[in-house]
Amino acid sequence: MTGLLRIEDLSVTYRTEEGDVPAVRGVDLAVDAGEVLGIAGESGSGKSTLASTVLRLQPSSARVSGSVRVDGSDVLTMRWGELRALRWAGASIVFQGAQHSLNPVRRVGTQIAEPLRVHDPRATDDTVTSRVGELLEQVGLPAARAAAYPHQLSGGQRQRVMIAMALACRPALVLADEPTTALDVMVQAQVLALLSGLVRELGVGMVLISHDLSVLADMCDRIAVMYAGRVVEQGPAAEVFEASLHPYAGALSAAFPRVGDPAARFAPAGLPGDPPDPRYLPSGCSFAPRCSRAVDACREQVPPLEEKRPGHAAACIRVGEP
Amino acid sequence: MSAPRLLEARGLVVRFTGQGGATATAVDGVDLSLRSGEVVALVGESGSGKTTLARTLMGLERPAAGEVLLDGAPVGRRARELKEFRRRVQMVFQDPAGALNPRHTVYEAVAEGLRLHGRTTRDPQGRTEEERVAAALSSAGLRPPERLFLRYPHELSGGQRQRVLIAGALALAPELLIADEPVSSLDASIRGELLALLLTLRAELGLGVLVVTHDLGLAWNIADRTAVMYLGRIVESGPTEEILTRPQHPYTQALLSVVPESRRLEPVVLHGEVPDPTRIPAGCRFHPRCPALADGSAAAAGVDDGCRTARLPVLPATGEHVVACHLAAARGVAGGSASASAAGAEPGRGASD
Amino acid sequence: MSAGTEARRLARRRRAQSWRHGWREFRRNRSGMAGAVVLTLFVVMALAAPLIADADGLSVTRATGGVLESPSGAYPLGTDDNGRSVLTLLIWGSRISLLVGLLATVISILIGTTVGLLSGYFGGWPGAVLFRLTEWFLVIPFLPLAIVLATVLGRSLVNIAIVIGVTSWPGTALLIRSQTLSIKQRAYVDRSRALGGGHGHLLARHVLPNVMPLVFANTTLTVAVAILSETTLSFLGLGDPTRVSWGSMLQDAFQVGAITTGSWWFIVPPGLCVVLVVLSFTLVGQALESVLNPRLRERR
Repeated sequence: MTGLLRIEDLSVTYRTEEGDVPAVRGVDLAVDAGEVLGIAGESGSGKSTLASTVLRLQPSSARVSGSVRVDGSDVLTMRWGELRALRWAGASIVFQGAQHSLNPVRRVGTQIAEPLRVHDPRATDDTVTSRVGELLEQVGLPAARAAAYPHQLSGGQRQRVMIAMALACRPALVLADEPTTALDVMVQAQVLALLSGLVRELGVGMVLISHDLSVLADMCDRIAVMYAGRVVEQGPAAEVFEASLHPYAGALSAAFPRVGDPAARFAPAGLPGDPPDPRYLPSGCSFAPRCSRAVDACREQVPPLEEKRPGHAAACIRVGEP
Repeated sequence: MSAPRLLEARGLVVRFTGQGGATATAVDGVDLSLRSGEVVALVGESGSGKTTLARTLMGLERPAAGEVLLDGAPVGRRARELKEFRRRVQMVFQDPAGALNPRHTVYEAVAEGLRLHGRTTRDPQGRTEEERVAAALSSAGLRPPERLFLRYPHELSGGQRQRVLIAGALALAPELLIADEPVSSLDASIRGELLALLLTLRAELGLGVLVVTHDLGLAWNIADRTAVMYLGRIVESGPTEEILTRPQHPYTQALLSVVPESRRLEPVVLHGEVPDPTRIPAGCRFHPRCPALADGSAAAAGVDDGCRTARLPVLPATGEHVVACHLAAARGVAGGSASASAAGAEPGRGASD
Repeated sequence: MSAGTEARRLARRRRAQSWRHGWREFRRNRSGMAGAVVLTLFVVMALAAPLIADADGLSVTRATGGVLESPSGAYPLGTDDNGRSVLTLLIWGSRISLLVGLLATVISILIGTTVGLLSGYFGGWPGAVLFRLTEWFLVIPFLPLAIVLATVLGRSLVNIAIVIGVTSWPGTALLIRSQTLSIKQRAYVDRSRALGGGHGHLLARHVLPNVMPLVFANTTLTVAVAILSETTLSFLGLGDPTRVSWGSMLQDAFQVGAITTGSWWFIVPPGLCVVLVVLSFTLVGQALESVLNPRLRERR
């Protein structure tokens, strides 16, 4: 029972001049090959920190505890050489904002080839070129686009190049951090179709991070909803989206209305207040100040993440109460 | 709906000359109207010209042809005319972080419009500037307003910044508001609150709102009417229920089918992206990507030649469901205008990626 | 309106806070602080000149020392060819050098900022004309133009400042222009336009305040250049003949052959002062730029 990705009791705290800022607080997650796990949450919920910690890419100011295992080996304690091998071949990450992650003065083909060459220094130019072409075609771009510079590509095409780079060394695990934010609906649909095709055909495990619960519901097997650094709900994707247990997950799901649903007409669903400042988290449940169902008990202790239905857990003491 | 018609665009064309001298037609003949007390959504992908259209309505871009009318009278280009126009029509910009001067406090940002129009906007209730700023902030949902007066933009959350922008526009007591992607940069939980605010303002102040967005869910949430824009033209418009439940244009159908979690529809993922506005295709501007042309349903209806060669007329800015599509017209939606009983609203056909 | 006065008081306090913050940032910059200390010393020296050195010491007829005496107890920095104390000349010369430098800077910054702002803000032909003008002034070699101007205008303190000001603004104008072009694109400028703001309002409330820090930092750099230019022009004999400046001292020293006679005390002190002041202004300018320009601050 090693599994592809196992995260146990992971906490990440940033040390800053103004004191410690907890970004991730005791998270447990698991992903197996061929499975897509969605992580939903807003800015500041810790979801991006979580993703970078899986590849030990977190900033040096971060203090990490707990364990992250990829294929059974602990990422947080492994030696540098192993980590390098992991980053190239074991797991790769697709960042948000493809514009800034590509080098503007180098051809995209060269950039895709880079991990290939590092991974296998004896590879001939021909094999590298043909592999780059193959990768581009895999993400729906003509092989000839290898000669293009990033600025000659549209936002959607750049995102495809980023995905091709992530796939270069046939990773077993792909972490996609907001891969479609800032893309149009149609281009988003193209990129999402591409990603789910990859999971189906290559059998990779994927962690898909987004603030849009409806995107995750379409794409994922399971969804974990994060709020203020903790997982507050985790379960089968459709259940989390349509029959959420935690009030925050419910609010996130209602924020993106189903077009055609009469209940959403002239009734945009929102949540009062702003996400909490991680430096000054309220006592008890961090969501309590914005929660319409909060009672005094909520403010007293942090609710544990408990299974409320088979395979569906939530960190809320009010689940099942009237 | 007996409210007087207020803002109109008639045959609006906006062109930009790029670096190589190529002329891009960002807006290519648009009729649009917005009445007070009405929420209209202008929906389109990036590159559709929707933001350019909004900016031109606001007088920030100079149209190459056509005109903008307020209460039937053309809005002039002279400084005084524009200023008077902008007292009645206000705009909320995309990107609330960039639309606030980093060196101005919230108070200064909201009072800016009041000071600019100081002589023309005597407050009927005789309130001081400070009271009016406070009132604008609280009607934008920032309470208590005094606590925010001296904050700088970088000290606010994204949602607060957007509310400050709305307050700045509301301070002038405009009759119409143009909101460009008002929630696209905000977190999901803040989104609903801001949309609800727009509805409240409509109900309480009788404000007319034009929302420019790429998000069909937003249109469904708040808009009375929806206009879908593609490559500089409005290709379908009408009551939101009609457009989003019985779309006639293959483009609208495709857009609707790729909204995540819209399980009832088979996704029609179009290939490629909105073409370059320097080279608008001949015939129907959507034909190179049109799934109905690709799968032969246009040919079956005998309009495929028309799709490739015959230009479509500019859709009139009536409140009815109108569509610029040869196929929809051939299917008995006479004059491009669709009635609720019109057939052919079966999305789901066509190429999927 | 009590709430209003309260708000104003708070606003003042916040402004004071941001000044204090800026000062803290500046103090962290060591070279900037060193420059500031040296400059303060020179300014104090220039202001206190009548107290520390008798103005009579400037008169050739009332000179007490011998010709080119080497440093001694009575004349710590020796005497010049007329028997005047070099120290006295140095102290009084600092007044003229700094004054001309500052005056020239004011002229240069005023022209540069106005031209830069307008040519950046207004596109179309007015902007293009101003930009061409800037480029034209930029490519004209400084010295020939300054010499011609100084000859035409005549030799006086104000004229020399005008000559330097008129020839040194293009650099400032280009800098301000590029900054204006970038500010003009910001969404808040569009928002202000949509609120009904005209050109004057946009320039005064949005563009200028965001360009000002750059102007401020640039000023100190321009002072350095202006002082150097004053020295150059005086050395070439184009300065005000009735007043002593560091430049005119160097010219005198050169003319009486101080180098060949080995009278180092006549050359080194004014030269050193020019170098020190110019260097200090440059250091302060760079420090100010890093404090006031947010882009540079982030990079650190």
